[in-house]
Amino acid sequence: MNWINNVVRPKIRSLIYPKKEVPENLWVKCPETGEMVFHRDLEANQWVVPNSGYHMRIAPDKRLELLFDDGAVETIALPGVPQDPLKFRDEKRYTDRLKDAKAKTAREDAVLVGAGRIETTPVVAAVQDFDFMGGSLGMAAGEAIITGVEAAVARATPFILFTASGGARMQEGILSLMQMPRTTVAVEMLREAGLPYIVVLTNPTMGGVTASYAMLGDIQIAEPGALIGFAGPRVIEQTIREKLPEGFQRAEYLLDHGMVDMVVHRHQLRSTLGRLVRLLGPKTAAIPREAADPAPAAPAFAAE
Amino acid sequence: MRSYLEFEKPVADLEGKVQELKALSQSGEAVAIDDDVAKLEAKAAQALVDIYAKLTPWQKTQVARHPDRPHAANYIASLIGDWTPLAGDRSFGEDAAILAGLGTFRGRPVAVLGQEKGHDTQSRIKHNFGMARPEGYRKAIRLMDLAERFRLPVISFVDTAGAYPGVDAEERGQAEAIARSTEACLKLTVPNLALVIGEGGSGGAIAVATCNRVYMLEHSIYSVISPEGAASILWKDSAKAQDAATGMKITAQDLMRFGIIDGIVKEPTGGAHRDPDTVMAAAGDMLDSALEELLILSPADVKKARRDKFLAIGRDLKP
Repeated sequence: MNWINNVVRPKIRSLIYPKKEVPENLWVKCPETGEMVFHRDLEANQWVVPNSGYHMRIAPDKRLELLFDDGAVETIALPGVPQDPLKFRDEKRYTDRLKDAKAKTAREDAVLVGAGRIETTPVVAAVQDFDFMGGSLGMAAGEAIITGVEAAVARATPFILFTASGGARMQEGILSLMQMPRTTVAVEMLREAGLPYIVVLTNPTMGGVTASYAMLGDIQIAEPGALIGFAGPRVIEQTIREKLPEGFQRAEYLLDHGMVDMVVHRHQLRSTLGRLVRLLGPKTAAIPREAADPAPAAPAFAAE
Repeated sequence: MRSYLEFEKPVADLEGKVQELKALSQSGEAVAIDDDVAKLEAKAAQALVDIYAKLTPWQKTQVARHPDRPHAANYIASLIGDWTPLAGDRSFGEDAAILAGLGTFRGRPVAVLGQEKGHDTQSRIKHNFGMARPEGYRKAIRLMDLAERFRLPVISFVDTAGAYPGVDAEERGQAEAIARSTEACLKLTVPNLALVIGEGGSGGAIAVATCNRVYMLEHSIYSVISPEGAASILWKDSAKAQDAATGMKITAQDLMRFGIIDGIVKEPTGGAHRDPDTVMAAAGDMLDSALEELLILSPADVKKARRDKFLAIGRDLKP
């Protein structure tokens, strides 16, 4: 420590001393068991705590690198949107919250879109960043999802969406609510183009996000232990005035109640998605029907 | 007995006095008070005009939730002929929070959805205060499918604080039901219209309000979350609901300005409950002229116009 650390404001300090690559916390605590894990071990294990199997949050860019062949991500450019249409402030200005979130994540908003290949099948994938204002769905996120879908339609590839969100971005009021129908229009575009839409629900996915695109996948996958629901657990507790059942709104609970197709460990996610996009993808080259199952020259009834 | 909102107290006092004087004059104890009554009535009317000329968003929220406000069932009774309610989602149950049925509107067969809050304790419980469970939205989807097959325009009367937040609703897929209902709205090739008559509460409203045309009553609100909910989450203080109501821009006038809605149905001074028939007739006129415009379009264009309209929302706001 020298005098400059104490006197110079953090912003200036970062100019004088370039940010170190190594994060300050080398040890990460498992939120479930309290077990301490060395950050490199965690990274090597795809941010799944080795002993407890707890699936930790994973940065969106890392998510795409893990997903795509050779970690090759082609980032898709996203359109800009009005930043604070309501001129909203609560205890803090919305513009300041945005500024903080941008600084924290080095991202313009809560959704990242990239193209790549999964086990050679080309796909477009979008990832919500919970670290950006709770992954909340505002105009930017809505526009990003629409852009991602349009890219998938243009390239005729499946669209995979990793959700993580507390719900709508309240600071954008009604304009955030309008992202529910807007993203649903995007889902309709995929349906009409005959392209698979696969949703991977990660911890947590709630509110207006589940009540729109996050629950409309052709295939619904959830990561183990992910909290998934419409109303928040606290809101429900206040409504019914009793304690919630064990495991309520967790991925496994949703599987039991028929709300998702499967709960998939992160280590199996890439191969599962690879298989699904192969099975649902374009049939032309993959399964030549005539070769596999030769049809008679003319329908049987026509011979008579 | 008329119920008054807190900010209507000056009007309540004056109208109370008018009632007293009228009672006195009937009992014959006083003479020649007609002039006084007339003056007081004028004063009360003026007080009401003054108050309603500058309602705050929070006051509008209270008017939108006024217990005497005409509800979906009133609109249906007033505007829909041959009303034939239908029930059930065919997989779990019947949810009275959303009325669904067939009828005629200005001579045309239509399908109708109405979020109904109820008007007394018993009916409020029956309709779960207008907060639907998944089966309510699945019934709505069923009605929309029916409307699509039989080429019936769909009219939604929107009035809900939001979808019901309960364990049973969650385990039967509240989120999925809402998402599918919104999707059902977008798939229609027959025109659909929504009229927010009280509260347009978040996803619970959008599920039936993703329509070719969306209208609001002058003192209704439409919001991503209730002012109370926003206050407790953003301010960590539910007493800040007034600030939240103002900041979130939830009034019909705000939504018109942002290009979210297509028109506003005027309410009489003092709110829709002071003259329900006039309000419902005006609403009927607005819905009717919208239908006239939409029924000219081809089925494919009806769907495309709706989709384009939602995609365009927010895109021309200044950065």
